[in-house]
Amino acid sequence: MGSAGAAAAAGIHDGELGAPPQTYTGKVPWQEGAADAPPAALGTDFRFFTPAERSFIEAAVNRLIPPDPAGPSAVEANVPFFLDRQLAGPFGRGDHYFLGGPWKKGAAEQGYQMRFSPAQLYRAAIKAVDDYAAANFHGAAFASLADADKDKLLKGLEAGTVQLGDGVDAKSFFAMLLQNTKEGYFSDPLYGGNKDMAAWKMIGFPGAHYDYSEWVTRHGEKVPYPTVGMKGRPGWSES
Amino acid sequence: MTTTLKPVDAVLVGFGWTGAIMGQQLADAGLSVLALERGPWRDTATDFATGFAQDELRYMWRHHLFQNVTDDTLTVRNHLDQEALPMRHLGSFLLGTGVGSGGVHWNGQIWRFLPSDFQTKSHNQQRYGAKAVSDYDLTVQDWGVTYDELEPHYDTFDKLCGTSGKAGNLNGQIQAGGNPFEGARANEYPTPPMTQTYGPTLFGQAAAELGHHPFPHPTGNLSQPYVNPLGAQLGKCTYCGFCEKFGCGNYSKASPQTTILPYLMAKPNFTLKTECEVLRVELSADRKRATGVTYVNSAGEEFFQPAEMVILSAYVLQNVRLLLLSGIGKPYDPKTGEGVVGKNYAYQTMSSVNVFFDDKLINPFIGAGALATVIDDFNGDNFDHSGLGFIGGAYVGGMVTGGRPIEMIYTPQGVPAWGLEWKQAAAKNYLRSFSFSIHGSCMSHRGNYLDLDPTYRDVHGRPMLRMTFDFTDNEHKMSDYVTDKAVEVAKAMNPREFKVNRRTGSWSVTPYQTTHNTGGAIMGDNPRDSVVNKFLQTWDVPNVFSLGSGAFPQNAGYNPTGTVAALAYHAAHEITTRYIKAPGPLVAA
Repeated sequence: MGSAGAAAAAGIHDGELGAPPQTYTGKVPWQEGAADAPPAALGTDFRFFTPAERSFIEAAVNRLIPPDPAGPSAVEANVPFFLDRQLAGPFGRGDHYFLGGPWKKGAAEQGYQMRFSPAQLYRAAIKAVDDYAAANFHGAAFASLADADKDKLLKGLEAGTVQLGDGVDAKSFFAMLLQNTKEGYFSDPLYGGNKDMAAWKMIGFPGAHYDYSEWVTRHGEKVPYPTVGMKGRPGWSES
Repeated sequence: MTTTLKPVDAVLVGFGWTGAIMGQQLADAGLSVLALERGPWRDTATDFATGFAQDELRYMWRHHLFQNVTDDTLTVRNHLDQEALPMRHLGSFLLGTGVGSGGVHWNGQIWRFLPSDFQTKSHNQQRYGAKAVSDYDLTVQDWGVTYDELEPHYDTFDKLCGTSGKAGNLNGQIQAGGNPFEGARANEYPTPPMTQTYGPTLFGQAAAELGHHPFPHPTGNLSQPYVNPLGAQLGKCTYCGFCEKFGCGNYSKASPQTTILPYLMAKPNFTLKTECEVLRVELSADRKRATGVTYVNSAGEEFFQPAEMVILSAYVLQNVRLLLLSGIGKPYDPKTGEGVVGKNYAYQTMSSVNVFFDDKLINPFIGAGALATVIDDFNGDNFDHSGLGFIGGAYVGGMVTGGRPIEMIYTPQGVPAWGLEWKQAAAKNYLRSFSFSIHGSCMSHRGNYLDLDPTYRDVHGRPMLRMTFDFTDNEHKMSDYVTDKAVEVAKAMNPREFKVNRRTGSWSVTPYQTTHNTGGAIMGDNPRDSVVNKFLQTWDVPNVFSLGSGAFPQNAGYNPTGTVAALAYHAAHEITTRYIKAPGPLVAA
């Protein structure tokens, strides 16, 4: 389907965002051109992060998934761009979160309890972490800390031993950042991360294949399929 | 303003598995049937075609097919002294919505409960003494229905789905290659078991060496093409590894879409309305009869739909909430033990063991929702519990449902969740590891229940459901015992190393466990102890039926869908052969 067709389909599809009420009787309904195609991240521009926020994100995700010969770092895999587009879109707006009040801290077992949508949380937390870094590491922003200090601060967020200002729960932010970073690293390249499917190649995941039937009984053999994403192999669509 | 619509014989509230099953049975009996579904229409070609079905981010992590909690969620707490707070994001369970609901994004694990599972109280009391069923404030009950009564209906569901498996007990004769502990089946499975990949095969070999009884997991991911009695065609599973949490693009996974809807949607006396959420069941002045339901659609219009019969066929959590909101049955009070609606909420007790090899390529991406070799030696009462201090059990399965890399990279004990060490462990172990699932029962407990939240409200202004739940010592002891048995199997596989993920601490709403919520609208043989009778008919309002896992008085160590479906067919049989000729209570109170 061409991009005009895809846009039309996105406009008429009765997916999760709420459709008009419908009545069906006498047959299975069918609508031409209405496939619920995935929302690709097009272009290369950043839409959510400010330059300072982008510096923070690049520094942080590259400690979560650092460079080494085994495979790409998070920055090499384009995770910051993925995060930017996710936060600029429905996920950032909290489209699958209940954010109504009242808002109370709760027990760890009760999960996420902040009023912030993911985009609001990133915005508040990046500032709060930079403020914390400045107060505790000689006035430096997080991005300019030595790797060991970055790791120390990240571990403090993860454990909840670092207390942040501006109403930001450090553990909840760290958990979301780590989860979203792994999403950007390992999701289909359609969403802007996992550049060249290099993260999939690193672990040996062949991607969005539809049929492994002939390999079911070939125990322990290497499956020689080329890595493939929903847009096809890079050789088909990006050369 | 509420618009009153033309009356129908039966209105179904929710259109997943139970709604589709009941809808087909009632429509075939000639009734005018209307299904009201709060979510959208969904079909294979439009919503999860093979060109874009294998998308981990969108379906698993962005909840594309799941209930959106923005407008309506529930509140959760572990115990009575805590304040319940809203589940602000799905985690522990992944609720369905839309046509087919959870039947679209389930794994296709099709089990029957053991005969003794239906007599949890009397069976365990007789074998282990009265204390065994009352320790830890357990409130287990018998179901009021037996395995033998349900067997024909389990069989109907197997034939509908084309279930792939190997019988272990055919009419009392134990069969090689099947589950020797299962209740007697009248018939072999409709299709042979799935061919096992490397991981499940290694599990089966190790389990057999230890003297256990491994068999292939019965599945609704089909081993070969199949045409069911309604004329619906299913294809052979291609092991793409995107099954649970995803829709099947290949018509290989049994779902309402692949098994019932092509037949049911063509019937002129059946109508489906989507984007219509039922707010409550309306009762007559004497509250002994339902007059219909009030619903609101996505345009904000409110309607009263009169009906001779109201079938609650939503998910357990919505069914229980609608009973509470409509004033059907007496709400349960955990302090006095009085009342029944919301009583005995239970869940599933899960743990796992990851095994890591140097010399074996497991290729975990070759997977399917129910692709596993399983032992049932430590489930239910298949083993002697004397002196163990718990009742119940779990199956242990060497499972490879897929190798989706955001969710399913296993790293060895002690490896941190991020950083260089994590990255290198992920790269080293992804192709050479897999997991055993220890899928345990969850007994009912005096303090575990559902009621209406006093604070939080949904977009319609209705109180949210409040869930009060934690695992008890019975569940922790059971889980540790069976997990130890799984560790023995892991050791027998001679891996480089293994990692044990025990069920520890309190239940948390965050990490995914299972969408196997049960109880709250429990069945039984009298109205003092149960909400519905053996035909899922509410004791208090005989023209209201409540289907689904809400009827389970406690949860067994198996995936619930097979039993949910069998109970629905059992109820439908009684409704179509007895109730519609003489409406009224099907069991004397």
